[in-house]
Amino acid sequence: MGYPYKSNAREAPVLSRHFGDTEARSVAGWRHRGGYRALEQALGMPQADLVNIVKESGLRGRGGAGFPTGLKWSFMKPGDGKPHYLICNADESEPGTFKDREIMRWTPHALIEGCAIASWAIGAEVCYIYIRGEFTEPLRIMGDALREAYAEGILGRNAMGSGRRIDMWIHKGAGAYICGEETAMMNSIEGRRGNPRIKPPFPAVAGVFGQPTTINNVETLAAVPHIITQGAEWYKGMSLSNPKSTGTKLYSVCGNIARPGNYEVVMGFPFKEFLYDLCGGPPQGRKFKAIIPGGASVPIQTVEEAEGTLMDYEGFIAGGTMLGSGGVIVIDDQQSMVKQIARLTRFFAHESCAQCTQCREGTGWVTRILERILAGGGTFEDLDTLLELSHNMTGTTICVLSDSCATPVVSGIRKFRHEFEALITGRRSSTVATASV
Amino acid sequence: MAEPKQITLTIEGRQTTVAEGTSILEAAKTVGILIPHYCYHPGLPVAGVCRMCLVEVEKAPKLAAACATAATDGQVVHVHTERAREARKGVLEFLLINHPLDCPICDQAGECELQDYTYQEGRNSSRLRDPKRFNPLEDFGGDVMYVTNRCILCTRCVRFMDDVAHEPALNVSERGDRAVIGRFEGKDLTHPWAGNVIDLCPVGALLSKDSLNKVRAWEMDRSASVCPNCTQGCNSMIETRDNVVVRMRPRPNAEVNEYFMCDYGRLNYRWLNGPDRLDVPMARRGGELAPTDWELALATTAEALRGKRVFALVSPMLSNEALFLVRRLLDRTGGTGAFRVERGPAAPLPGVPDLSLRAERGANVIGAELLGFTKSDRPLDDLQQGDVLLVAGAALSADDAGAAARAADVVVIGWAPPGIEGTVASLPIANVAEEEGTFTNVRGRVQRFLQAKAAPGAARPSYFVLSDLLALLGDSANFFLASQVFEALGQARPEYAGLTYDSLGLKGAPIAGAERFAEPVEAGR
Repeated sequence: MGYPYKSNAREAPVLSRHFGDTEARSVAGWRHRGGYRALEQALGMPQADLVNIVKESGLRGRGGAGFPTGLKWSFMKPGDGKPHYLICNADESEPGTFKDREIMRWTPHALIEGCAIASWAIGAEVCYIYIRGEFTEPLRIMGDALREAYAEGILGRNAMGSGRRIDMWIHKGAGAYICGEETAMMNSIEGRRGNPRIKPPFPAVAGVFGQPTTINNVETLAAVPHIITQGAEWYKGMSLSNPKSTGTKLYSVCGNIARPGNYEVVMGFPFKEFLYDLCGGPPQGRKFKAIIPGGASVPIQTVEEAEGTLMDYEGFIAGGTMLGSGGVIVIDDQQSMVKQIARLTRFFAHESCAQCTQCREGTGWVTRILERILAGGGTFEDLDTLLELSHNMTGTTICVLSDSCATPVVSGIRKFRHEFEALITGRRSSTVATASV
Repeated sequence: MAEPKQITLTIEGRQTTVAEGTSILEAAKTVGILIPHYCYHPGLPVAGVCRMCLVEVEKAPKLAAACATAATDGQVVHVHTERAREARKGVLEFLLINHPLDCPICDQAGECELQDYTYQEGRNSSRLRDPKRFNPLEDFGGDVMYVTNRCILCTRCVRFMDDVAHEPALNVSERGDRAVIGRFEGKDLTHPWAGNVIDLCPVGALLSKDSLNKVRAWEMDRSASVCPNCTQGCNSMIETRDNVVVRMRPRPNAEVNEYFMCDYGRLNYRWLNGPDRLDVPMARRGGELAPTDWELALATTAEALRGKRVFALVSPMLSNEALFLVRRLLDRTGGTGAFRVERGPAAPLPGVPDLSLRAERGANVIGAELLGFTKSDRPLDDLQQGDVLLVAGAALSADDAGAAARAADVVVIGWAPPGIEGTVASLPIANVAEEEGTFTNVRGRVQRFLQAKAAPGAARPSYFVLSDLLALLGDSANFFLASQVFEALGQARPEYAGLTYDSLGLKGAPIAGAERFAEPVEAGR
């Protein structure tokens, strides 16, 4: 992981190689480490070639959805007479996820370089880097790096002397989870309330300011320079399992685990070895109970399921969950699953943008039921109600926040029903004071 | 512009052909299917947020929001499948958990879409075991009261103020189930068109302070009418209870007012119920005006007019039918006529082309002018010494008194007691809410209004009274119905040729040559 600990030998530090190395933050330091060669190379290449290399590399979106990046870029048609925009999604608001933060903290120029290459590839002259407002340190570091990049002529009207305009702006988020959703982010950049938009039209047709727009995650864009300099084959080679999952992935590990932090491994790494060997296993005297492997929005795995999972897009789906953002939340046997799930739904209830009925009302109602169960007032009918409400909240709204709230409820009740029943029958009393939403 | 491409789809087994780009919801209307919805309104941009209009589209993995999904060629849509109905039932359940269910004391009860759709497809009991959230109600300014707890956040009101009134005043404040409709700092709903948010609100969250707690929806009788308060001629609905007008609301007409009506128009209805009405015919006996019967009053009036030159002071609030008969009377006796129109500040609604509260505050200014009445601020200037002054629907101002003295006699056909020196007879007539007729609006569109309530006392429809009077003066026409008068108008006046009440329907039609009344094109636009 590189910071605060040294990388484990079994990690594959591509993006995290320079984590903890303050000198990599400056342009000079970054150039010394091989930086900006990829951009120089890319600016001399036809746009279609860039898109093809990224397509061939098999790089997929690291923000959660896993959409093939090269394919996404190919939706943009340079020369259609419209201004194109690139948005770098650095909102990283998914609970349990803090990988983009480290990329921006330690290697800001890696992100700027990736953004610049992507901008050229999709024909965008303007790129917005939308950074979560709470990320005060990354905001400062990214701001400094951007100023440096302009001063060095890397960005601007004549980026690296190529004659091409690449301008970059940092847009600071104002604390809404939903602004990490791409269309809400576009609204936020436009100065509107961060509400997701109905799709279609998709961003590549009508995105920010109604113009063709591509939105990529920080980790995705930071991987691009490496693909340009080392080639698609090299990137594709980094896979232990499915050919559709290539390259390295950063995982943010938090919760009841010996060594929380960011870890970078190649696709298809065995989750069991990851949890026990790299992250040091559970805290002393405890056992893992449940894992949420991809940020708060993905289904909860039992530890048994997790131990049989390979860490890539397909592997997590086979394990009954999703790779998501790579925010691994580890829950041990000392925790109440009901409490953990209630905490998650409370988050979603707080963050619902309030547009769609199911989400606005459902997230709050589910939370109220869960908190009542925790307080000892639950009934068995509540469990049926929770499952039915979750069903009604899934696949029926503009964005997937509602689905995300339903996910831990459904997987939690399915896999840890006995804990709910113990609270309902009074066999186990709650140790938790309920907090209001 | 090229004709839009036509596409054919099947909705609930019924085929329909619509223009490309039409939503499934609108396409369904063409085959008589109303897909339940809250946030969608044809006069507002699509929001797609209430999720009530979820329907099943064959070959689509997820349910589709009918308002936000374009109809496509060959699409097969199911509205009433188990899956779609369960989803909508779920939406209704969610909408009701924080709703106070205070229908017994809610003004919207009876015309509430939350009630209607819950009745139609909602659950029969609530599963909520937890406290509801509570918010205090709020005065939004203007005529609007916000009952926060009833709000379903459909955002129609927000979109109306943003996209139609172009005066952003409302927003969604807060998030999750704490969200409410809020006002921007320093803004409220004193905008001249803001009252429309009350009609747009599908539930009882935005209420009119004017009609608060005044009447239950099912107690009202509704009649199609035309707002008489300016020359725009917004199509309206007069709502009465026990012969009293209690509310005026817009009636959709894409050619005139879309779905809207201004606050001035909708709130200016009390005069229709006015207590100071002339409600009995009067004739002069022994130097005093005294109540009498219609026969005597009409005879006295005819006597005063016979063989005299007549000057008619008319009102732009009179129907085409009444004005036409006054004109016919003047043609018979000789003489001219004029009218005065009240003025006030104009207030356009920016989001709808050519819709405005017009400066001229009279329904039939164009109709009166077409029938040869002169618009003037000093309408009695042409009254000649020895003329009989026929005052029809108009009132004399203090300035008119001197000029009126030139008249030999005064006869009054109107709504208010005359109070004019020298009046020999006064004939009470029905007002716009009490009779049938037509107005010609600022763009030369003729529009019908229907009777909404009974006239007070012995008052009769204006065309009826004038027709009787004409008969006494030897006119052979015998009009019993407003439609007969309108037909005669069509025969007499080329602008109205070929138009009938049937062809006008309830949306009206332009007169011949209405182009000359088209909106003036501003220089440089």
